[in-house]
Amino acid sequence: MKVLAKQWLTMLAVGFALAAPSAQGEYGDVVLNKQAEKAGMRPVVFPHWFHRLRFTCNVCHNEKGFKMRAGSNDVTMADIIDGKFCGMCHNNEIAWSAEFCNRCHSGLPGLEGGFYGTQETAGPGGVGDVKKRRH
Amino acid sequence: MFYNALLAQYRHMIAELTKRCPSKFSRAHRVLGHVTVILLLTCVPWQAEGQWLQDDRAQLPLGQSEKNWTPLDMDGVHDPAGPAIRQLQEPGKGLSELPAHESGNRVLWAKALDRGAINPRRAIKPSEAKVQVLDLDILMNLRGGMPIVRFPHRIHTQWLACDNCHEQLFKSQIGANKLSMYMMLQGEQCGLCHGSVAFPLTQCSFCHSVSRKPEGSDAPTNQEPNKGATMTAGEKD
Repeated sequence: MKVLAKQWLTMLAVGFALAAPSAQGEYGDVVLNKQAEKAGMRPVVFPHWFHRLRFTCNVCHNEKGFKMRAGSNDVTMADIIDGKFCGMCHNNEIAWSAEFCNRCHSGLPGLEGGFYGTQETAGPGGVGDVKKRRH
Repeated sequence: MFYNALLAQYRHMIAELTKRCPSKFSRAHRVLGHVTVILLLTCVPWQAEGQWLQDDRAQLPLGQSEKNWTPLDMDGVHDPAGPAIRQLQEPGKGLSELPAHESGNRVLWAKALDRGAINPRRAIKPSEAKVQVLDLDILMNLRGGMPIVRFPHRIHTQWLACDNCHEQLFKSQIGANKLSMYMMLQGEQCGLCHGSVAFPLTQCSFCHSVSRKPEGSDAPTNQEPNKGATMTAGEKD
């Protein structure tokens, strides 16, 4: 009887472990960590959903020159402060300025760059794919 | 149809259950069976698929509980100890009022835009916005096994400019692009956006939305992609 109970509990534990969500994020969340942690900051979390509520895709993927491929944009703080990439809006005029470091640098330390919360499909650089695409 | 078949299966299952069980347990088992099936049914995503984009009268649920989204400090991506975590907008706050769906961000972005539930800026400086909306449907996969793909330029040009896709990603000539689901699942072609930011590739019927007519009848062709379609280019915002 004890053995049975033990087996049952083990199976239950395995079941719960499998069902527990891992690092997910919201659909379309991108973690940028090429430079952040090397420079002693938390990784950047870019939420696509938040920006889609306010801007159409072409604002960033055309006007600002963000390539639509995970890992293909090398964004540095110097660029942002110069008014390029994120800095085209994050300049205290359209959105908060780069001095609010922690609003963007809000990721869990140690996270790999790439897409999170992409559900069943392997989107551009669905986490595991990013290494391949980094140059 | 599907519901009836399920109901029949359910009745059969209950009958089997009660037959095999000793009488004093049969009632409890029946109750348990009912509860199990009801619980299972609540997990089935009941939804009207297929005509979701064309049919504006479709009864889409508007608004859902904010609890359907994981809070930022529990999503496994944000650092709960981050000093600014409470200053960021929660997905539940931003998305719960939009037309609901069970995939992606749990909202239908195209519907949200069409209905004016959101009004995203089309340029950094709104005065400089020159948006060309192209109302032209392209039918694809005419000889495949799945329903025909209807590609609506209109929805895509509401979000994107022409040169986001043309001419590098797709040539603007019918039949010139060799599309494959395999490539898309690798994050290429349509999969560059669909599957990571735009609705996921698991929503087959969103694209494969035109039913195939039996052979011999006048099947839709790309000679006349869409009789009602016109190229409209105008400024918005």
